[in-house]
Amino acid sequence: MITLTHYLILAAILFSIALVGILRRKNLLMLFFATEIALNAVNIALAAISKYYGDLTGQLFAFFIIAIAASEVAVGLGLLIIWYKRRGTIDLDSLQSMNG
Amino acid sequence: MVEAVAFYLFAALTIAMFVITVMSKNALYAMSSLAAGMIFISAFFFLLDADFLGVVQIIVYSGAVMALYAFGMMFFDTTKDVKEKNPSKKIVFFLSGMIALLLVVILLTPIISDKVQALYPMSDEIGNTEAVGIVLFTKYLVPFEVAAIMLLVAMIAGIILASKRMDESITLKIDQEIEKEQKGTE
Repeated sequence: MITLTHYLILAAILFSIALVGILRRKNLLMLFFATEIALNAVNIALAAISKYYGDLTGQLFAFFIIAIAASEVAVGLGLLIIWYKRRGTIDLDSLQSMNG
Repeated sequence: MVEAVAFYLFAALTIAMFVITVMSKNALYAMSSLAAGMIFISAFFFLLDADFLGVVQIIVYSGAVMALYAFGMMFFDTTKDVKEKNPSKKIVFFLSGMIALLLVVILLTPIISDKVQALYPMSDEIGNTEAVGIVLFTKYLVPFEVAAIMLLVAMIAGIILASKRMDESITLKIDQEIEKEQKGTE
């Protein structure tokens, strides 16, 4: 029997994978992938809570999270193009222009 | 029984795909496994009786991931490995391990849930899509409209940001350099 805890642990594992990706990636496009994984992990948790408490609110929150993820990708990729045109690279270290 | 088998199968597949996404050095492998993982996640939504959410997941994320694909093709040579320099792997793995441990401890603590009451209880009489529609367009109408405006703003922002200095091609310079090199060798 699959309980709520199973789903929550799965969501936690996926979120941890995303955190590993966010911490170890240096390429901005790869960082986008990791943030997408994190948002999806949260969606699983919300849908599971929605099912096991018999409440639709969790699913609606998941919808809004999907909308936020879509707009995040749109704006983020627009900024990424500008940065690539200006610097020719999307490495995270090239963003360090304010130190010293 | 079927639910348990499906859960463990898709859990293993999703975790494997996302680990490849995070760990792979090849951009094409990372993108492909991300797309596969997104599709596998929709299986959980179907298992959880959230049919409409599962369909939306497939449509939105296949679209978003296809856009990422296009950008990946533009930014990298996908046949080559992405160059990343990581100064210290130990710190990264230590930090992420501790965060993961913290998360698991938080989630494994017994949930004080008996007093939780459903605000919008699911009923068996109407389907999931109808129920979502009813709640979305009554109680969550204002957040829905705000989300619509947010998507519009994001679309305009994306168009304006990407179209700035559109006359300067990203790929054209590289093509010209390649042509020069070829002429040089000939």
